[in-house]
Amino acid sequence: MNAFLAGAPAGVTRRRFVQGLAIGGMAAGLGWRGHAIAQTPLRRAVLDGTQFDLDIGAATVNFTGTPRAATVVNGQLPAPLLRWRQGDTVTLRVRNALRERSSIHWHGIVLPADMDGVPGLSFMGIAPGDSYTYRFTVNQAGTYWYHSHSRFQEQVGLYGPIVIEPRGGERFRAERDYVVLLSDWTDTDPEHIYATLKKHSDYYNLAKPTALDFLRDASASGVHAALAERRMWNRMRMNPSDLSDVSGLVYTYLMNGHPPAANWSGSFARGDKVRLRFINGSSMSFFDVRVPGLKLRVVAHDGQDIEPVSVDEFRLGTAETCDVIVEPDADRAYAIFAQAMDRSGYACGTLTPRAGLVADVPALEPRALLSMRDMMGSTDAMAGMDHASMGGVDHGAMAGMAHAGAMQGATVAPTHARAEFGPGVDMRVDTPRSNLDDPGVGLRDNGRRVLTYADLHSITVPISADTQRTIELHLTGHMERYIWSFNGRKFSDAEPLRLRHGERVRFVLINDTMMTHPIHLHGMWSELEAADGSFQVRKHTIVVQPAQKISYRVSADALGRWAYHCHLLYHMEAGMFREVTVA
Amino acid sequence: MTCCIVLLLAAPYAQAQLHAALEHEDEPRNEQPEPSPPADTTMPAMDHSAMHEDHAAAMTDRAASDHLAPPPPQHAMGAMSAAQMVDVMGMDDNARFGLFTLDRFERVKTQDRYATAWSAEGWLGYDVDKLWFKSEGRYTQGALDDADVQSLWSHAVAPHWDTQLGLRRDVGRGPDRTWAAFGVQGLAPYWFELAVTAYVGQQNRTALRVESSYEVLLTQRLIVQSRFELNAYGKSDPALGIGSGVSDAEFGVRLRYEIRREFAPYVGVEWHRRFGSSADLVRLNSIDSDDERVFDTQIVAGLRLWF
Repeated sequence: MNAFLAGAPAGVTRRRFVQGLAIGGMAAGLGWRGHAIAQTPLRRAVLDGTQFDLDIGAATVNFTGTPRAATVVNGQLPAPLLRWRQGDTVTLRVRNALRERSSIHWHGIVLPADMDGVPGLSFMGIAPGDSYTYRFTVNQAGTYWYHSHSRFQEQVGLYGPIVIEPRGGERFRAERDYVVLLSDWTDTDPEHIYATLKKHSDYYNLAKPTALDFLRDASASGVHAALAERRMWNRMRMNPSDLSDVSGLVYTYLMNGHPPAANWSGSFARGDKVRLRFINGSSMSFFDVRVPGLKLRVVAHDGQDIEPVSVDEFRLGTAETCDVIVEPDADRAYAIFAQAMDRSGYACGTLTPRAGLVADVPALEPRALLSMRDMMGSTDAMAGMDHASMGGVDHGAMAGMAHAGAMQGATVAPTHARAEFGPGVDMRVDTPRSNLDDPGVGLRDNGRRVLTYADLHSITVPISADTQRTIELHLTGHMERYIWSFNGRKFSDAEPLRLRHGERVRFVLINDTMMTHPIHLHGMWSELEAADGSFQVRKHTIVVQPAQKISYRVSADALGRWAYHCHLLYHMEAGMFREVTVA
Repeated sequence: MTCCIVLLLAAPYAQAQLHAALEHEDEPRNEQPEPSPPADTTMPAMDHSAMHEDHAAAMTDRAASDHLAPPPPQHAMGAMSAAQMVDVMGMDDNARFGLFTLDRFERVKTQDRYATAWSAEGWLGYDVDKLWFKSEGRYTQGALDDADVQSLWSHAVAPHWDTQLGLRRDVGRGPDRTWAAFGVQGLAPYWFELAVTAYVGQQNRTALRVESSYEVLLTQRLIVQSRFELNAYGKSDPALGIGSGVSDAEFGVRLRYEIRREFAPYVGVEWHRRFGSSADLVRLNSIDSDDERVFDTQIVAGLRLWF
């Protein structure tokens, strides 16, 4: 493994290092995939035990034909799979061979605040040439991941999977067990991407409504309807095609570090149960995942066991994880297909009984546009709206709403913070919807059984049986100015959220934007509630859809300073971040 | 059941409303004591069991929580200055950015001559406060016809609107003029870019400029941009051929192809019209006897670029 080390300590020349990495990004570009189908998946990239040495360094990778600098761990992208055992105390010595400060955050792991790896809150970060030893006892089991919490290092490769074996063995027997880590690679410097978003936030959107679309709609449903459909959006200065800020224009979507052309493969024997541990390790992408021909039996979400539920497809938000069990029963290859939410690209791989078989990759589906419910929320509001402007609204979505019986909660309009009326916030939702059974834009009524949060039920009781107070936060932003915030205040303008040690708090999030935000609280579980307040599922990252109100319980049992933020990397950088202190 | 759910939800939020009305700060107003936390049921109120395979085991008896609170940190982090935080976290939500746009850089064909014209703008600054720069002008037959340069402090005051305050300098044929400028600029509903700027100059001169542009995407890269500009002056300035009142207006349509978003060649047509006393002054001063300087149709071809 030392041959793959970047930087000075190993004394390896850069050239040799690059050649060594041919197994990774370069081989991927050439379509060589011999190593991935090995009987022990990610053989070289699995670290086991209780003592770990992780070296953060620079590497040159080539996913697209252009060599680019990446930030990697032990010379690998993704970083090595760490296998821990529930109950063990693990020690991780992390050395930083970069020329800049670095850090590793163990996403979803409950641990002491100084082990959480957020520079400025947990520790000072790891200075160039320095190292930091993380040591903590692992009391949980399941699929998690780790990533840098410094600047844009996560975007350029510093992320890897964690699998924690339950003390009593896995709940469900599976003959094969694969991590499927999805990510978004870009050849473009993330600093440039961020600056571009600040200048022209629609730069990466290649599906804006055009005049030709208008003509098409007008001939299909009439000029009046086509105009009406656009009137609302244009008056609001909102773009219904704004699903992802950064798209396939600059992203190459990876599955376990393999671009689609390199086709990551996992093997199975007929009749095997195959556990696939999906991790969304991307910086800015949501993936809609399916394995055509197979039912996905979802058994865990965010590492936490749930009552199993069988679906055809699920959407995985940035930073979420989802364990599914599939039972391929035919002697053929199956595609694991993960299309980006904005349909600008996909990651894919193959489950195959024999090396060399390649499954048919499904076509990308057409991109959906945001519907009125993504702007307005509840149906109640829609009933009160001017019907003239509603004439041309996506009727599929309307029909979908009619049978979404649990849509309610808009009885009292939420109060917006004063800062939400400033120049940094471009919309507010007065009638949020609170149902969990909406799979989200692009997945509604697609003919497949799609997982929703309403399907997720923890097998254990919640940590907090009740709550003592409520903190309501609005997810806010301004697309054109590319400002993102909570309650209209960026991190730099906001005071920490202060929780008393031992108190049980209900967080209510209302999404006042048109984007879907994965909200991650460090250090403590987010225990999602249904609209009626009953406990649903324990998670570390909560995806909040546009115009949705969502609530979850937090037991403030972890002393210290913690990060709380949107896990879309550029949203976090732009201010959608708060400190949470527990004292 | 729906009624019950609505009631359950309504009660705490009605409280939140009341509480919020009494608070003046926006942050603390979000927190309110919860008088009657809904009792937790391990059984969700809605019936999902039909969707679950292991339905016998589902949800009726949830296992005990296996969660253990973590030990306290051994090394607590102290407070840091904002600048230190930015440095250590590698996160700066108030960073400075800059944009330079050469919106029009074009060759112009009027009825009997060619000219080169430009319109450029740019900014440097932060989310709320920016230093803006704007310039437009025209170069004909080896000499600067007329041009202006503006430097403005731009301040975001509303979601889509900035106020602008600064200076404008007019140069070219005839005497130079300097103006104090103040205006608003932003994005009007239906995606119209709009800037309205008032100017006050020496000798009690006043002026007003209204600029608007609108883009129609034919495809993701083939874009029609229309623009409109109108100038008005409070008093006439014969040395520059300007009469009081509305002096001139321009309306142009340009079709560009974005080879890259940052780089787009275009062709277009622009109509330029002088009004009232400005038109009279031009007629008076014009060597040519025709009305070319009063109403002109121009063919343009140029480049748009930004970085």
